[in-house]
Amino acid sequence: MTVAEFGLGERLGELRRTFQSGTTRSLAWRKAQLQALLNLVRDNEEQIFQVVHEDLGKHPVEAFRDEVGVILKSLTLNLNCLEKWASPKKSPLPLAFFPATAELLPEPLGVVLIFSCWNFPISLALEPLIGAISAGNAALIKPSEMAPACSSFLARVIPRYLDNKAIKVIEGGPETGAKLLEEKWDKIFFTGSPRVGRIIMSAAAKHLTPVTLELGGKCPVILDTRLSSSELEVAIKRIAWGKWGLCNGQSCVGVDYILVEEKFAPTLIDLLKKSIDQFYGRKAKDFKDLTRIVNRHHFERLHNLIKDPAVSDSIVHGGQVDKERMFIEPTILLDPPLEAEIMTEEIFGPFLPIITLKNIEESIEFVSSRPKPLVLYAFTKDETLKRLVLSRTSSGSVTFNDIAVQFMSDDLPFGGIGQSGLGKYHGKFSFEAFTHEKAVLRRNFIFDLESRYPPWSDFKLNFIRLLYKYDYFGIILLFLGLKG
Amino acid sequence: MEDEMKKMERFDSDSAASLLKELRGTFASGKTKSYEWRVQQLKNMIKMIDDNERAIMEALQQDLAKPRFESFVSEISLTKAACNHALKELKHWMKPEKAKTAITTFPSSAEIVSEPFGIVLIISAWNYPFLLSLDPVVGAIAAGNSVVLKPSEISPATSSLLAKLLEDYLDSSAVRVVEGAVAETTALLEQKWDKILYTGNGKVGRIVMAAAAKHLTPVILELGGKSPVVVDSNVNLKVSARRIAAGKWGCNNGQACIAPDYIITTKAYAPTLIDGLKNILEEFFGKDPLESKDLSRIVNSNHFSRLAKLLDEDKVSGKIVHGGQRDETRLMIAPTILLDVPEDSLIMNEEIFGPLLPIITVDKVEDSFDIIKSRSKPLAAYLFTSSKKLEKEFVENISAGGMLINDTVVHLTNPSLPFGGVGESGIGSYHGKFSFDAFSHKKAVLYRSLYGDAPVRYPPYTPGKLRILRAILDGSIIGAILALIGFGKKKLE
Repeated sequence: MTVAEFGLGERLGELRRTFQSGTTRSLAWRKAQLQALLNLVRDNEEQIFQVVHEDLGKHPVEAFRDEVGVILKSLTLNLNCLEKWASPKKSPLPLAFFPATAELLPEPLGVVLIFSCWNFPISLALEPLIGAISAGNAALIKPSEMAPACSSFLARVIPRYLDNKAIKVIEGGPETGAKLLEEKWDKIFFTGSPRVGRIIMSAAAKHLTPVTLELGGKCPVILDTRLSSSELEVAIKRIAWGKWGLCNGQSCVGVDYILVEEKFAPTLIDLLKKSIDQFYGRKAKDFKDLTRIVNRHHFERLHNLIKDPAVSDSIVHGGQVDKERMFIEPTILLDPPLEAEIMTEEIFGPFLPIITLKNIEESIEFVSSRPKPLVLYAFTKDETLKRLVLSRTSSGSVTFNDIAVQFMSDDLPFGGIGQSGLGKYHGKFSFEAFTHEKAVLRRNFIFDLESRYPPWSDFKLNFIRLLYKYDYFGIILLFLGLKG
Repeated sequence: MEDEMKKMERFDSDSAASLLKELRGTFASGKTKSYEWRVQQLKNMIKMIDDNERAIMEALQQDLAKPRFESFVSEISLTKAACNHALKELKHWMKPEKAKTAITTFPSSAEIVSEPFGIVLIISAWNYPFLLSLDPVVGAIAAGNSVVLKPSEISPATSSLLAKLLEDYLDSSAVRVVEGAVAETTALLEQKWDKILYTGNGKVGRIVMAAAAKHLTPVILELGGKSPVVVDSNVNLKVSARRIAAGKWGCNNGQACIAPDYIITTKAYAPTLIDGLKNILEEFFGKDPLESKDLSRIVNSNHFSRLAKLLDEDKVSGKIVHGGQRDETRLMIAPTILLDVPEDSLIMNEEIFGPLLPIITVDKVEDSFDIIKSRSKPLAAYLFTSSKKLEKEFVENISAGGMLINDTVVHLTNPSLPFGGVGESGIGSYHGKFSFDAFSHKKAVLYRSLYGDAPVRYPPYTPGKLRILRAILDGSIIGAILALIGFGKKKLE
């Protein structure tokens, strides 16, 4: 019996008992947990920078922005809005139901399972946890084993701050994941690849467990160059940042490839090079602000993408790899073959293919003939192109004229569609992801409509016919015998 | 001859694949996204129902011996109401929803746009074969999708009527009906759909979800369960008994997912409740219910045998306190009440879906909560009481798809309440705007401008930049300004 198997049943049993006892439903408990999580993050910021650096070589500024800052922001939002979100919402009722009241009562789903990913190993574990706690659930987190320092950090520190009977962390790899999937959960939240997403959903199907799957895809950037030169500079700087400044390309919302008109390609390449220099300095080995590739497996995977001569021939900048430190420098490719893996699979690394088109409107067809991405980025001021993007393409979300910042919005749902995912979260959507909205209708004994009941008659039929049309005047006439 | 040949043509994987290819072509053309197209389809559906009311009621009579009144009230009217509601609200539903933007993305504007998923598969059930087929179709069309409907083969008259009517009245380049049973459904489920809505039982629900998982297709599963009714002793007996009886036997003779499945009441009150129910039953269906025209029959002999088996189980057969009459040739079972059947009997361990009503007794009414909580979460839970305290405890402690206090079933007719289950009783919900939302992808759209960019975003990273970032993420404008000027917490070196 592996260490992972031992105690799983007990741990799950305890989570269930705790949930049944009603502890996690109390608003006071939820707030206390959220506050404790806030303390956890604030007290351990340095440690978080350390473990994230250990697992990914991520610079503390990136780590603060993407792992700590977003969580602090989310916790503050949840603490402020929890009471509002958790309270029943009155529903309007047609007069025909009088007297009655209707409301939607949010209730927790129960015991939830959260799988997080390795590229934002702290925030992708904690953001779903925040939603689960706010919604009043008990939760088990399985952090990714591919970010081991972060995983062990969470396993050590969470029990020190949070209610251990209701919130647990379990470490382990695929076998642990598989064992977890055999159990019955009230919700499963997964961030990762579509391949594993399918496995998770198939396992969930056995127990009719609802799932939220935050997957990936190739996030394209449509670059319409009908912009002023200063606007273009800003645009390209943002694109460069959106590729290499987000975990060095290893981000589900990061830029995957760019679509641009061919005559602009040389300028684009120049401006991208300029940004790379500005951000990271000129020497290939000196990329101290760049995140490294997470592990040997992904390093080899990425390296293989450019081993194909047709692909390596299209490299116009970069391409150097450091096997020892698992470093790949920012690399730009111009028109690699569309059938090559680098253009059919999500890159999740520092390679940036530029695909050229005769005119930018072709980008619509290009994007819509491929699997739906998590985010579609378009840099343009042209209203027609904007409309085409919105109406003729489909994606989890769309951002115009910037990269990734939609992640910062509390009010926008974050999630995919098709291959890029199922369900959404962030802000109040995190709360909703872990909530069942129960419809409650209250009636009393006064005023019982005879016509509801058998034995049926034509009179009753006409009455109900009118009632459904909310034709109250007709009903009066019916009763007065003036309608038949 | 040609028609015969066509009928014998099997609908297999290839047929399913080519059907999807065709519908994808239609969807890609953008036709179904236009407001005008959606409105036209909904109007055509209303006309379809109005023109064919008699044929619809006849098909329902054939499939279920459903009384005209029930057909009208619970199938035809509700479907029309759904169409009318969608027509009235569609413009409003289709409008993007403005979202607040944060200081962190200033300057920007954001909205949430509803877009159709694409090609939707709707698999419906046999007990309300008309409503449960078309109600979801209304939602799917309102949301701008192309739809394939697979009606239940267990209600064949309605299934074939739907196939004919939808072809005649709706745009068949985007809306299709596929008739058939397991083989055809399997062929359909192999394909990649953009959304699937299934109404039926948990066993098949699992199969549907597993098939959907292969393509990462989101699903709505409208399943069932044992919907309990807790009856307190401080109620108006006549009204309560009527409402329970109407919900149980006035809805397809118990064959409804939200029909009261079993009752829990106190030992002391049970005799009174039983008397009340007996009186009402006589009022509703007369002295010989098997002869009443107002009672639906059991759908087929499979289900008849299943129900008979529940009644004939040794530990149960002696517990019948009312009814129990059956007529196998006409597939009729009379409203039947049982008292105190054992918790481990078959009748208490599967969804009854028929006219048998077990009453379980407890010492105090509060004890009923544990009984309900020990079972899987039902689609609906009902409570009859005049105690506000009991009501509060019930609502706060029992989980179910939906709940109704002092009535049964009618919550599903209210378009402003979502209709769906939780746990074993289902995933997702629909009705009214929830239908539109169920079949829409809510796409977040953020608009930013290309003016000015804070260098703080970009590498190389410095302690100063960290300070500013920290302040911005804290939502503190003053902090951000101070940091920009150079004050603030010294943290990173």
